[in-house]
Amino acid sequence: MNSVLSSIIKKEFRHILRDPQTLIIVVIMPLVMLFLYGYAITLEMKQINIAVTDHSKTPESRRLINRLTSTTFFKVSVFDVPERDFDNVFKQRQARCILVIPPNFARSLKRNTSTDIQLLIDASDPNAANYIQKYITQIVRQFNFTLNRSVTQAFTLETRIFYNPDFKSYYFFVPGLIATILLLISALLTSIAIVREKENGTLEQILVSPVRPYQIIIGKVVPYTILGFFDSILILGLGHFLFGVPIIGSYWLLSFTLILYIITGLSFGLLVSTAADSQRLAMMAALLATILPSFMLSGFIFPINSMPEIFQYLSLAIPATHFLTIIRGILLKGNGFGALYVPIAYLVLISSILIALSVKKFNVTLE
Amino acid sequence: MPPDGYAVEVEDLTRKFGSFTAVDHISFKVNKGEIFGFLGANGAGKTTTIRMLCGLLQPTSGKAVVAGYDVYLDFEKIKMSIGYMSQRFSLYEDLTVRENIEFYGGVYGLSRKQIRSKTQELLDYLNLWERADQLTASLPLGWKQRMALSSAILHDPPIIFLDEPTSGVDAVSRRNFWLLIYELAEKGKTIFVTTHYMDEAEYCNRLSIMRQGKIVELDRPQALKEKYDAGNMQEVFLHVDRAKTTRDGKGEK
Repeated sequence: MNSVLSSIIKKEFRHILRDPQTLIIVVIMPLVMLFLYGYAITLEMKQINIAVTDHSKTPESRRLINRLTSTTFFKVSVFDVPERDFDNVFKQRQARCILVIPPNFARSLKRNTSTDIQLLIDASDPNAANYIQKYITQIVRQFNFTLNRSVTQAFTLETRIFYNPDFKSYYFFVPGLIATILLLISALLTSIAIVREKENGTLEQILVSPVRPYQIIIGKVVPYTILGFFDSILILGLGHFLFGVPIIGSYWLLSFTLILYIITGLSFGLLVSTAADSQRLAMMAALLATILPSFMLSGFIFPINSMPEIFQYLSLAIPATHFLTIIRGILLKGNGFGALYVPIAYLVLISSILIALSVKKFNVTLE
Repeated sequence: MPPDGYAVEVEDLTRKFGSFTAVDHISFKVNKGEIFGFLGANGAGKTTTIRMLCGLLQPTSGKAVVAGYDVYLDFEKIKMSIGYMSQRFSLYEDLTVRENIEFYGGVYGLSRKQIRSKTQELLDYLNLWERADQLTASLPLGWKQRMALSSAILHDPPIIFLDEPTSGVDAVSRRNFWLLIYELAEKGKTIFVTTHYMDEAEYCNRLSIMRQGKIVELDRPQALKEKYDAGNMQEVFLHVDRAKTTRDGKGEK
């Protein structure tokens, strides 16, 4: 009976290798996404355009401006905008924030205990606005400190950043991409592969043969597991060698959890294939059900804790949620099994339910 | 298959889809080595019957024995004794001719050696050596169809089910295909074939005409023609249809 299985697997590999669409999804898509996220879309902020209106024009005010521009965070794009043009600066996107230094700045610094300067921020991108505000506050504080060491502070906060000290976004999106792409490939490709055979009538031809349903399922699943594993190594390898994402934890645990996650996706794909009658429908269903939740609800981009409560529960049902915890833990923190058994248990639970459902439904479909 | 008995034995076989009865208490017997035809309009229940006999569909009630095995109990054994080919030739177009043969051979558990000799035999027979390593998609339709049949019977089953095997194929290819069917019958295979081509119906040893899930006629083509005093099967079919329609009191066409 093993020869039956191996001929199904062999055939499936031939399909994969001859179908440019599959190869594009498997090889090109992860590469494109990786480079898009890696080079184009950075979540770190750099070179923010700032407009500076310096009414003071003193050594003191220039020192403050110097402090702002000596980092890569800000780039002064416009100088000395008159007050009436502030609105235009924002509307024409010449700058995201405007710093206004009052005429009495230098004098006030020497005489008064407190001096006001003004910061206007374009908050149409609230995240960026938040960043800018924090960053400038910090710079101003430092400026005050060097200027007047007698200003006493009750305490100072010494921050140490763990696991990703430079806030590199690669550290964050490489695991996220693996979580998304793996699920997509395993669910999308298996469901399409099965539905295609339904459409072509070849599934029926196999069903009249003595092949057992489990052999069909395993024969379909094995090639795509291997494919998914290959893909995760591709993404991990590029992430590691090109973007310097660390792999601190155990390779064995990593491989084990990767395969577990792929199997979860495959069983979902199997479930989709039992419900869908056309490849197009299968594709839509698999895409919608994998990509969107994996991006939105898994904690990949938006933190789960800040979601409405109902979505927090929903996120527990999404495989990517648990896999993200696992893979971030292994790659960045070097977590072992002991620290990860809860998300692993969740994954096992989800995939068992999916497998049970899909095998049951698959057997019914064969009827 | 047991040495004596019928190739297919059906009694009161019924299949319902919800409230719709696709196959309604049909009974018939097919002798070994016979070419047994199933004639009827689309939706008459031909395909549903054949699918039940091949183990693709569970009957709702009734008895069916194929190659001596009960369809309810021994459908796994039936599968080794039958070959099945549907109207959609069921070859993988993105595999080569040789790879298709390899795959179907493997699915039926043939050894590598058996597969090799079968490939040889088949390519010789279909005269396909030149195209053995081309994708099946590039084959002309007539060849594809004969190849599909040959792949479906790699395991040398005694009974072959053909569900509208020639639909959508040109006249010459249809004739060639029937030559192949005759050859198989000469080798002692039982052929169970559904069709809606009247000229093909004449090639069968015996013929059953289905209408609205029931078998309304079952005899040799010659006997049917005599019964209805018809020159060809087309007329027989129209007679049967008309007679039935009047008797039922409701017209379908």
